[in-house]
Amino acid sequence: MRIDRKELEHIAALARLELNEDEILQSAEQLSQILDYMSVINELDLTDCETLSHSIGQENVSRPDELKPGLPVKEVLENAPEALPPYFKVPRVIE
Amino acid sequence: MKWDVVIGLEVHVQLNTKTKAFCACSTQYGAEPNTQVCPVCLGYPGALPVLNEELVRSAVAAGIATHSKIRTKSQFSRKNYFYPDLPKGYQISQYDDPICYDGYVEIENEGKKKKIGLIRIHMEEDSGKSLHSESGTLIDLNRSGVPLLEIVSQPEIHSPQEAYAYLTTIKQRLRYTGISNCNMEEGSLRCDANISLKPAGSPAFGTRTELKNLNSFRNVERALTFEINRQKELLESGGTITQATLLWDEQKQETRQMRGKEESHDYRYFPEPDLPPVLITEDFIQNLRMQLPEMPDLRKERFIDKYDMLEDDAAVLTNEKEIADYFENLVKLFPNNVKLARHWVQGEILRILKEQNLSAGQIPIKASHLAELLQFVDRQDITPQTGKAVLDEMCATGKSAAIIIDEKALMKIADSGELSTIIDKIIQNSPKESARYRSGKIQLLAYFIGQVMKATKGQADQGITRKLLIEKLGPVTEG
Ligand SMILES: [Zn+2]
Repeated sequence: MRIDRKELEHIAALARLELNEDEILQSAEQLSQILDYMSVINELDLTDCETLSHSIGQENVSRPDELKPGLPVKEVLENAPEALPPYFKVPRVIE
Repeated sequence: MKWDVVIGLEVHVQLNTKTKAFCACSTQYGAEPNTQVCPVCLGYPGALPVLNEELVRSAVAAGIATHSKIRTKSQFSRKNYFYPDLPKGYQISQYDDPICYDGYVEIENEGKKKKIGLIRIHMEEDSGKSLHSESGTLIDLNRSGVPLLEIVSQPEIHSPQEAYAYLTTIKQRLRYTGISNCNMEEGSLRCDANISLKPAGSPAFGTRTELKNLNSFRNVERALTFEINRQKELLESGGTITQATLLWDEQKQETRQMRGKEESHDYRYFPEPDLPPVLITEDFIQNLRMQLPEMPDLRKERFIDKYDMLEDDAAVLTNEKEIADYFENLVKLFPNNVKLARHWVQGEILRILKEQNLSAGQIPIKASHLAELLQFVDRQDITPQTGKAVLDEMCATGKSAAIIIDEKALMKIADSGELSTIIDKIIQNSPKESARYRSGKIQLLAYFIGQVMKATKGQADQGITRKLLIEKLGPVTEG
């Protein structure tokens, strides 16, 4: 399956990746190869197979609605590249 | 040209759970920024979500309250998009298999009843909050991971008024189940609307626009009215509607296009591998059904039959569960005169809530205390006017009716002897008015009643006063 330039640019935009000309060509080629490789599966007859979204067979894993304290603000902001305590700060997002 | 209006509403409801959807952080509104967060809702790599069982219970309750089908096996999906207040880069939501589907609610608009279908109700988590300042955007992740239900209607709403009625009905039913306060000010109920026009009778839908930022039911109504007119004018002047997301500007009372590029909704949904499927058994549903209170429409019908009241009165009393509970409690304690009880809840209790800006759950008078007061009113020991004053006093001081009535000696003067003396004196002191009354100015009776009420501080029995006055003032000569 071919990933054309338009498709690739769309995927890159969704992933917020800025690609140069070489990277666009290279990625399109590589993604196409990956899809070709995976397309082997399409040759199997899976008409009677239910879509499998979870492989470990667990069901209904839940917890009671009981409160536990969160992290202290200082710790919360420790890994943030930028903060204006008690907030995280990021470049201005234009609405 | 005649147009058909087609509206679909998406309602987001925040639930009353103590903790978030997938971690044990608090959902309390109004906390200091970033004080209710943990590795899960901060989106740290390797942190794993665990489903809050109360979220599932709430979702199924919402399904039951809206006559929805409940899916026996539902699962979560990841909705992928980038925004700074979404630290994981995806929102956990439901896509293919929402927990509830194919429901309906019955709305009433301009006296007509109508069913509005629900496509689905699904569980999801909220994102954080962004504050845009000049130098950057500030992020508070307290809301990140707070559980929401998204309720999606069929495009079966045909006017802003119907939209309003639909929202009122959804809010009322959800409040009855107790799963949400549906408080728009605190953001626990939010609404988006899809709207399009098509030539009357045409089977094909027109191009629709999406309205966001509708933060009150009145704003939904106003924004839809504005948008219908905008689309109508555009179509009738030969223009075409472009699909767009619009924001309602409350100040200017108009819709405007959202700035920035629309990344043509491409969320690349896929099943959430970290959360196993949710299985719901018939037992679970039946159990929950039995725990849920009677729904407002059924309760209204029952009030009409059982307490012999008009539909409008029953609607007022059952609008909020707490008021209906209060009324039924009161009637149990004071069964002598249901009509009087209804009158006082509808008139006085609702007045007090409004005056003191209280919610239905905050009635400041216990039903047992009101029952005691109504005994006095019912026996005509005190006048209704005095009763109302006593009620206000009860609110202010917390004292019981009996004590206030006793302390202030408010018992009604129904003793003819005592009233007789008072009336004689008043007639004696008003010779001019008495003469005018006798010569045909019978409206002056009101003046005399007023004088008696003044002299007795409103505690004279109206009926007896009137009777005595007519007797004592003597016959009226016509002309
Ligand atoms: Zn958390």
